[in-house]
Amino acid sequence: MALTLSDVKRIAHLARIEVTDAEAGQALGQLNDIFKLIERLQSVDTSGIEPMSHPLGGSQRMRKDATGSTENREANMRNAPAQQDGLYLVPKVIE
Amino acid sequence: MFKKSVAELGRALIAREVSAVELAQLFLERIESHKDLNAFLDVRPEVTLAQARAADARIAKGDATPLTGVPVAHKDIFVTRDFHSTASSRILKGYMSPFDATVVERLADAGMVALGKLNCDEFAMGSSNENSYYGNVLNPWDKSAVPGGSSGGSAAAVAARITPAATATDTGGSIREPAAFSGVTGIKPTYGRASRWGMIAFASSLDQAGIMTRSAEDAALIFNAMLGFDPKDSTSVERPQEDYTRSLDLDIKGLRIGVPKEFFGEGLQADVEKAVRAALAEYVKLGARLVDISLPNAALGIPVYYVIAPAECSSNLSRFDGVRYGHRAAHYTDLIDMMKKSRSEGFGPEPKRRILIGTYVLSHGYYDAYYIQAQKVRRIIADEFQRAFRECDLIAGPVTTSVAFGFGEKAADPVAMYLSDLYTIPGSLAGIPGMSIPCGFGAKNRPVGLQLMANYFDEARLLGAAHRYQQATDWHLRVPPAAKE
Repeated sequence: MALTLSDVKRIAHLARIEVTDAEAGQALGQLNDIFKLIERLQSVDTSGIEPMSHPLGGSQRMRKDATGSTENREANMRNAPAQQDGLYLVPKVIE
Repeated sequence: MFKKSVAELGRALIAREVSAVELAQLFLERIESHKDLNAFLDVRPEVTLAQARAADARIAKGDATPLTGVPVAHKDIFVTRDFHSTASSRILKGYMSPFDATVVERLADAGMVALGKLNCDEFAMGSSNENSYYGNVLNPWDKSAVPGGSSGGSAAAVAARITPAATATDTGGSIREPAAFSGVTGIKPTYGRASRWGMIAFASSLDQAGIMTRSAEDAALIFNAMLGFDPKDSTSVERPQEDYTRSLDLDIKGLRIGVPKEFFGEGLQADVEKAVRAALAEYVKLGARLVDISLPNAALGIPVYYVIAPAECSSNLSRFDGVRYGHRAAHYTDLIDMMKKSRSEGFGPEPKRRILIGTYVLSHGYYDAYYIQAQKVRRIIADEFQRAFRECDLIAGPVTTSVAFGFGEKAADPVAMYLSDLYTIPGSLAGIPGMSIPCGFGAKNRPVGLQLMANYFDEARLLGAAHRYQQATDWHLRVPPAAKE
């Protein structure tokens, strides 16, 4: 299966990455090379095998539902590209 | 003094032969005089010297650990309160974390003095350190060669004796491969041993912190402080604290070393094979028994990895949207456009490529065919290791197919670059501990690494076997030409 240029642009949009036509064209060749590598997996018989999502298996550990310490709000906010009154600023989304 | 091991420096500090401040100054000067290697991204002498003064005070009070006052540098994947944390990406340029990663915190608690942050491939994605937004790191053995990646800054800095130890991370070989290319000792523990809290996430089911040092003994000493259960990491393993130095005097007699035939097949360069075979012969001389084993599906590790790692990366890197932190584009029309432009400008080509692959393999209609299928083959590979460990105690083989390659040799062809991790990816997928130790030199006098792998939680034996080899050989003591006196 080979990707097309419109596939690349659709994926890039889903991934929220802007690509120019030239970049999409370059990515197309590279991604198809990588998918050729990945296609080798399709011929492996995996019937009856459980997918492995974590090397040591088991279930996710749960913590107690208790309040912990909170990180310093000012230290968290100081990396924001735009902020005001302790709020993150983004372009208007509701008319 | 700068050639001394972590263990020796710790003893010299406690014996007051040197102070932590003197050591910090010495290594800060070395960072300055080796700037051409581009190993460091952020250095703040005032932070380092303050930590050194605190270490000296602790030593004076008689409250020192074997690591108090010993310098360490951190791969710029670990977030730090006192240094920039960028993941070598433009998108995090200038980022100051409100907290320290658990690994950083634990080493600081033991009294280690942080020298700064080390260059690496952007978001730890790469095998040559050519993917850093902040430029290439040079290999101290040969400045026309890559140091390996993604932990290239860690490897180069330890090799050039700019720091006695450096933290590193491994997702598919990012500790072992640069350790091999740069001629240092590098180890990743069992998945879940080192806390991932504060390690900027790439592929969460694979990411694991480890250490690079001159010797296995040094790595064992640092593991004692660095590893352990962390309630802040949901995949951290809850086990009692261990002494990783306990098997350094391991008796090699009768040790069964498995040699996977798949690691000596097509693609392995003759110079690497020669050095690795000589290392295996050294183990036989020490009393070990070589056992032929097979990992029939190990080569499928690469396609499995290039589904799972990009899938998890596309999810993890979705947090970079130009809202709460990181780069925001200067001009945009609306919220979606702001995110697209910020991400497009902030990420380099390799993270973008992996985000695109990951987004695709996780998308509707392809999830089962790619992601689930890759997870199933991952289990096949992990099970093969378990079968192999019934016949042997450790597994040994090459780390890489060749010695370090030159800049630009593989940069234009992602698939050729991905194949560099042929021998390291299987162990990462299984989540077992693995290491690389220097075992000779190949073409152009570039270093060769011997890979040693152990079963889950068997790090002490792994380190013991490596230590015994290092007592019998001196490859790990060789100093590269770029290390100034």
